[in-house]
Amino acid sequence: MRGDRPSGTGVIIVSLLIAALLEVVPLPEALNWVRPEWMLLVLVYWVLALPRRIGVLWGFGVGLYHDVLVGTTLGQWGLAFALGAYVMLAAYKRMRVFTSIQQCAVVFLLVGTVSLLAYMVQESVGRTLYPPYTILYASFTSALFWRPVCAVLRWVQLRFLVR
Amino acid sequence: MTASANPLYRLVAALVLSVIVIVLDQRTPWAEPVRHVLAYLTAPIHYVAHLPVDSGQWLTEQAQSRSSLMEENQRLQRQSLILEQKVQRLAVLEAENVRLRELLNSSADLDANVLVAEIIGVDPDPNRQELVINKGTGSDVFRGQAVLDAQGLIGQVVDAGPLSSRVLLLTDASHAMSVQVNRNGVRAVLAGNGQTGLRLLYVPDTADIEEGDLLVSTGLGQRYPRGYPVGTVTSVRHQSGAPYADITALPTARIDRASHVLLVQPTQTPASPLTRGDADAR
Repeated sequence: MRGDRPSGTGVIIVSLLIAALLEVVPLPEALNWVRPEWMLLVLVYWVLALPRRIGVLWGFGVGLYHDVLVGTTLGQWGLAFALGAYVMLAAYKRMRVFTSIQQCAVVFLLVGTVSLLAYMVQESVGRTLYPPYTILYASFTSALFWRPVCAVLRWVQLRFLVR
Repeated sequence: MTASANPLYRLVAALVLSVIVIVLDQRTPWAEPVRHVLAYLTAPIHYVAHLPVDSGQWLTEQAQSRSSLMEENQRLQRQSLILEQKVQRLAVLEAENVRLRELLNSSADLDANVLVAEIIGVDPDPNRQELVINKGTGSDVFRGQAVLDAQGLIGQVVDAGPLSSRVLLLTDASHAMSVQVNRNGVRAVLAGNGQTGLRLLYVPDTADIEEGDLLVSTGLGQRYPRGYPVGTVTSVRHQSGAPYADITALPTARIDRASHVLLVQPTQTPASPLTRGDADAR
């Protein structure tokens, strides 16, 4: 690569903040079940696009932010996002050659695993009411939204020269 | 780069750190500063997410005709007249109550001020019933503060950030409080059912609680002020064989419709009967 000086950290942060906005924007109650994990999708995109820069520690930081945003136990999503970022870091080469359907399947599994981990922490502090399979709804919609998110962030990455 | 060469070490570090933070947050107040600093960055998100609602309200206000505004004004004036008349009697009753309590040698009720806050967010997680309000430690909001609307109790502050706070609702499954039946003083524990209702726990089958009874806070537990309406009993079922009656209630506060809430600010000293006497004489 030509200039390998990292640039565009601000763009990454803004994209994560917009995802944060989508996470808390008020929706009808029924739609809360299928609200995609926007921040995780955006994080996964940047890990796949810039594996040398965005990794486990970014995952941890974004996760802590997510915790404060939605008011869960501090560290609950930090733990889950760090693991999610690690898995993507280990698989980014394969992900890049996968077809759309395969990518969506991986995202479905990843969001499910990460949410399950967060659910386990939430369960251990006694703040769950519904059974764990309910996280599958959001995992499914996250997988559906993966390609659009990817397309938008791809455009952002090229437009603002994030590398 | 060496950093990307061994992400496993970073993962282990992040996991260990996460577990430490989780334990600290659950068991000690030491994680509060981290939360407090991050809350400076999360509060703007809640404010922005609430903007469409705000601007919608503004538009409706702008588009209202003069006649409808006048009509509303008249209605509010009438309402205010009625409320003022009720408050007049309340002052007398309160003073009398304080004097009677003096006679009984029991301590006087605490006087309380309120702070108005706006609801700017609702928890997206169906597992939890929480609200975000637009007042934080900057406005002297503190953890454990009681929150009400015009009709009754809503919940309590569980996390006071610098610019916004989170309110745990009565209806959350992890919330329980002490209440008594207004009609006869029977005490019970009122817990949330995780959706929009409440239930009374461990009430003996023979307890005198009927459908339509008003439940008020007892002040036991030192969290909620005494004597605020909390809920109305909606059903009482006696099951033969079950040790306890199955009693459900609904909050009197219109939790799902409120846009503004009141935060109770307890004064440190009990209102002395003397000042109440002055108010009475005035």
